[in-house]
Amino acid sequence: MRKAKQPEELVQLIPNGAVLMIGGFMGVGSPHRMIDALVESGQKDLTIIANDTAKPGFAIGKLIRSGQVSHVITSHIGLNPETQQKMFAGEIKVDLVPQGSLAERIRAAGFGLGGVLVKTGFGTLAEEGKQVVEVDGEKWLLEKPLFADFALIHAHQADYLGNLRYQLTSTNFNPVMAMAGKYVIAESNEILPIGMIPPDDVDTPCVVVDELVAVRLHH
Amino acid sequence: MMKPQEIIARRVAQEFRDGMLVNLGIGMPTMVANYLPEHLTVFLQSENGLIGLDQRPPEGMEDEDLTDAGGGYVTAIPGAVRIDSVMSFGLIRGGHLDMTVLGGLQVDSKGLLANWVIPGKMAPGMGGAMDLVTGAKKVVVAMIHTAKGVHKIIPKCEWPLTSARPVDMIVTDMAVIINTEEGLVLTETAPGVSVDDVIAATGTPLIIANDVKLMNI
Repeated sequence: MRKAKQPEELVQLIPNGAVLMIGGFMGVGSPHRMIDALVESGQKDLTIIANDTAKPGFAIGKLIRSGQVSHVITSHIGLNPETQQKMFAGEIKVDLVPQGSLAERIRAAGFGLGGVLVKTGFGTLAEEGKQVVEVDGEKWLLEKPLFADFALIHAHQADYLGNLRYQLTSTNFNPVMAMAGKYVIAESNEILPIGMIPPDDVDTPCVVVDELVAVRLHH
Repeated sequence: MMKPQEIIARRVAQEFRDGMLVNLGIGMPTMVANYLPEHLTVFLQSENGLIGLDQRPPEGMEDEDLTDAGGGYVTAIPGAVRIDSVMSFGLIRGGHLDMTVLGGLQVDSKGLLANWVIPGKMAPGMGGAMDLVTGAKKVVVAMIHTAKGVHKIIPKCEWPLTSARPVDMIVTDMAVIINTEEGLVLTETAPGVSVDDVIAATGTPLIIANDVKLMNI
């Protein structure tokens, strides 16, 4: 059994200049309370690895707006014009990565792989600076692992040990990021006694989770 | 008169076959779901993590954990499956996706697509588009034929490509164009549109099929 902690306490673990993976897809399945605590706490010069930057002022969009982010590695910023403005103004460096390759680069880091060979990106800007690897006469692009100091993830349920279960489209990048972050902080809708999540239903085993965010009580 | 987007969506819907797994891109391609033949069982993939995407829920009955790739609320068919992002793109890259329907900024004479960035002007990012065009068994571009009169089907894309893999089919509000070894072939025209109209609205030579049909929409 572990001790769940408040977001305000956990966020103090994160220094300026940290590299963060943040789960979520357009803010769905993002750890909203940890993001709010980060904005409140004011860390600077953060690198964010995430599928997208959500919408202006929502989810990861809050960190973009607050000016705490200097670098984003992501697949899509089309629905957050503020990220695009800051990119064109040179305030944020944005690396655009094909979504599937982003997932695989994160997976490579978490699963102990030196990289992943893909076809995606060949003949496009996405192949720039990447090594071409020939295997049995066939050419592939090498996508390298993407590491992070912290993974901030969101689950539907945790148990007292930190086993996690996700729900529907809130799942997205959360399970793979939970494998890849050096220090994994998991926020969840509820925290249940051990055994309440059946072994077959655990998506992320507790052994990769470092911290649980205390649930929010409404009374 | 039918709206241009509706013409496109109705025609693309005819490409569906029973049992297909299909990804519909954000925006106009999403409209295709409204015109699917009722007798078919098809599985719509939402790359954010769902097989079996269904329509919007009734107001007040949204589920915050059930959304499409644009973050909009959706429902799911019975038998739907939740997948994570790794599995979602494993399906796309791994040759398990039967068809993808995407929007386009430009398509060139070789069928190459540009749809994710206009340098210095607009940089939404590729999202899943590069994986989809590279990995899907069939790639359909659904787009308005011209950008307010400016040609979008042109000899060579000016803007960065989405993939080195050519698309299979272009469906517009004016025509259906099939990409073949010989080049782009005009096979169908929309109601009220002549072959000459299509040629004039296209910036690169088209091969005209012997039996250009009227779109059956």
